[in-house]
Formats: sequence, structure tokens, C-alpha cells
Amino acid sequence: MSLDLALALSSAKPAGSRPYFMDPEVERVLNILMATVQELAVTRERLDTLERLLEAKGVVAQSEIERFEPTKDQAAERGLWMQEYLNRVLRTLQQEAEAMQTKGDLASEEVALEVSRADA
Amino acid sequence: MDGSPDLKNAGPAQSYSGPPDYRVVGRHGVFPETSHDEIARFNFLAHMNRHLSTRIMPAVKTAWERRAGPAFETRESRAPKDRHEVRKALLQDPYYQAWSALRRATMEQRQQAGRWIALRQAEILSAKVDGLTKAGDRLELDPALPIPRYVSAVDHHCMPGSYHREVFPGDVSGAANYDSGIFATTGGALGRFSDGGGHAVVKWVRKTLPDFRPHRILDIGANLGQNVLPIAQAFPDAEVIALDVGAPMLRYGAARAKSLGVENVRFVQGDGSDLSRWANGSFDWVQTTMTLHELSLTSIKAIFAETFRVLSHGGIVLHVEQPQYAADMPLFEQAMRDWDAFYNNEPFWSTMHELDLDGFMVEAGFDRAKLIHDGVTAVVDKDVFPDAADDEGEDYGRKAAWHVIGAVK
Repeated sequence: MSLDLALALSSAKPAGSRPYFMDPEVERVLNILMATVQELAVTRERLDTLERLLEAKGVVAQSEIERFEPTKDQAAERGLWMQEYLNRVLRTLQQEAEAMQTKGDLASEEVALEVSRADA
Repeated sequence: MDGSPDLKNAGPAQSYSGPPDYRVVGRHGVFPETSHDEIARFNFLAHMNRHLSTRIMPAVKTAWERRAGPAFETRESRAPKDRHEVRKALLQDPYYQAWSALRRATMEQRQQAGRWIALRQAEILSAKVDGLTKAGDRLELDPALPIPRYVSAVDHHCMPGSYHREVFPGDVSGAANYDSGIFATTGGALGRFSDGGGHAVVKWVRKTLPDFRPHRILDIGANLGQNVLPIAQAFPDAEVIALDVGAPMLRYGAARAKSLGVENVRFVQGDGSDLSRWANGSFDWVQTTMTLHELSLTSIKAIFAETFRVLSHGGIVLHVEQPQYAADMPLFEQAMRDWDAFYNNEPFWSTMHELDLDGFMVEAGFDRAKLIHDGVTAVVDKDVFPDAADDEGEDYGRKAAWHVIGAVK
């Protein structure tokens, strides 16, 4: 089936060893980031299409979107969403901060030995 | 004036100079369907390529002049002696690294975007191509043809499967990917049907050789025929052969030509280095368009020799390519033009651009006094597309401005 083909093969590697211009780990993150940047542009274009269609059909004018002012409750809901969003995106920094404040944090691999001892 | 607003001159479109929206792309009977988001992905890539070439790349020169170049001279106590030394010094510079990593990422994203589109409808495309090509004699494949090493060793311009591999028998998804994505890679600079190179050749021939009436035309490395169709349309009484080693490209190309109503082109699977099926003097025009840089040293010589043999007396050969690395081209520019050779899987690009092509043509039998040199730019609908002739910028190897090297036999 074609969708299976596309899922399996659309991201295939071309023949030929890939050059890396930076630390490969950094370049890996850059590659993922740029694909994400692309998808953001895709979403932005879709939203733009939607707004223009809504305006053309007389449902919502773009000027209404520009002038939109949330009520206090709506602003609070949006603010909370933004906080949740940033928490999620910056998860790794929170965890680093917690790690700096933790003493004697063991790796699971170390505990694995401990809990597997017959005399434990 | 009728008092109605002139919309074209009223809004941002008046001063807009970026790539056109992908939706103006030329569609034919086997062009893949594209969803809203798939189109948006291509739009992003066209802009990303433009941003890289106009906003980011210029500072690579600054990095060379102020940082990487002086560092080289301090380290070696001399200037670089060739473009390879310049490129290797640039590889140490963080700005060149960032530009290169983004350029490579953009190319990989372009392949991914096009492959998704083509593969998700691969069976439908294959059936459409079959329907348009199974009758008639416009397609002639040779499954026994060996695929040359210069095609099979690495996938050109990071296009998985290159020109010749199929996912299943009759698959044309590689060709559909190529066809649908050129527009994104070039920002529309080659026109609706990505055929601005072919139109440029026709314009050049009409202007330079107004009395030329070719009867038999051979296009070597024709790919999916995008550049030979304008030639066939300009000379409808000529019989045109589009030769390529890649069967999927030829199948797709034959179907594409059929759906566009071009009937005087036959798509033939074959290797330009062996044209023995055609007798001496069989053609009065042999053409290659952006083909030479994807060959090898032995094949380019063989193709030049075969070209001379199959041309009739008074016939012409024209090769359209990016400019050669002449002695007066700065080493920095040569190094930048070499990027695609090493980082975008164009392994013959670097060597090809330093060859003495004139010497090779003479060695093949052409008269040095009858060699042709000129420059052309893509011919596009200027209402919609950027015109390379008006573009002062440089995209080192990707600009739609080419050199013509050729000969009259």
C-alpha cells in the first residue's frame, strides 16, 4: 500500500556517506529543529488559508482577529496554556535544575546491582 | 482606465521579489497530487533556499576574507594554491559550517517532502503512466542496460534511488519526486514546467541560427524530458530522441510528454557513450542540458566522440552547463561552486568544471574554429517567475544562468 511505502521510505538515506559540518550531535539537533521549523511554516500557511476563507465567506474578518481582546477569564486560560506549554518544552532545564539540588542521586544501573544482590 | 482597481499593482505583489507560490506549478497528466500542507512544505523550502543564498551565504565570503583566509595564510605562510585548499580551510569556519549544515538539511528536507508526495500515490502514478505509454512507440526500454558507475555510486543531489531505482516494477515515484520538487529547489526560476533551460536553448538557436531546420535531434541525459520538450515543440517536424539510462525517468517522461500533447519525442533507454545503434550522421542536433557534470571522465570523452560520429555534416552539438572554472575565477568562488560536488553528491562536478572542454571537443573531431561559446539564462514567464537575467546575485552553481559550449560539425 502506498501510505506504508511513504512511511517506510520517504525519509530514506541517499546512497553516499553523509558529511557532517558540525559535531554530529549538534547537527542532528539542527536537522530536527529545521524539520520542526518547516512544519511550523506549514501550520502557519494552513491557518492563513483558514482565516482568508473565513473572511471570504463573511464569517470572521481578519481585522477582527487583529483587534481581538480576550476577556479576563479567556486571558487567564491562555496564560495558563502558555505556562503549561513552556513547562513542557523546557522540561529538560527543570530536570537539570532539580538534579543540581539533589545529593546522592543514584543511577538505576547502580541500584540494579544493589537490588539484585542475594544478601540484600 | 476603467476605474477598477489594478489589483496587480495595488498590493504587496507589486514589490514582491521572492519565489512564487507553488500552486502556479505546471501540472500534467502524471504530475502527483499535492495537498495543502505538502504545497506549504515546498513553499517553505523555496523560501529557505532563497534565504540561504541571499541572506546567509553572502557572509560566508566575509568569513573567508576576515577569518578563514587570514587564518590559512598565518598557518601556511602563503596564499591557498587551489580551490580545494580554500574549501578545506572554510570547513574549519563556524559560519561556513552553519551555512553548509543548513544547506544540506534543506536538500534532505526537499527530498523527504517530494518522496512523501510521490510514494503515497506511487501505485496510482504507475498506473497512469502505464495507461499513457503502453500503446505506441514513444517509449523504448532496455532492461539489460548496465547502469554506469557514475550514476550508481552515490545518489545525485541526495535523491534516494537516483534516476534508476524502482520501489516496485513499474514504479515512477523517483521521477515524480524529482519533477515535483525542482520548483522548490529553484524557487520557480526554471518556470512552471521546470523547462526554462530548454526554452533558453530554443531562444538561443532561433537567434543565432535562424535558418537551422533540424530533422533529427538527440538529447543525451534527457532525464524526464523537461528540457527537450520545448525543443520538440519549437521544431514539430523534427523527430526527437530523449536518451537516458534511468527507466523510471523515461517512463514518466514519455507519459508526461503524451499528456502535454508533444508527440514527436521518443524516450529511449541507453547510454550516451555508446550510440552504436545509430549510423554515422544520423542527427543534425545533439543536445545535453545540465548533464555533463553528472558523468565521468571516460564517459564524457566517449560521449563527445559518439556525438561527433552521429552528427551530420553541418549539424550542431550544444552542451548547457554552469560556467567552467576559468583561470580568472577567484578560488573562493570555485570553492563555493564545489560545494555541491562534495556535499550534495555531485561527484564529477568539480573535475568537470576544470576540464578543457574545447580540447576534448577538438580531440573528438570538431574543428576548433567552429566551436561555440555563449551564455544563456532560463526563459520563464516573467509575470510570475523570477528572471535569472535580472538577478544580480549569485548562488554558486545553482543560478539559472548557464554557459553554452558547442560546435558545428
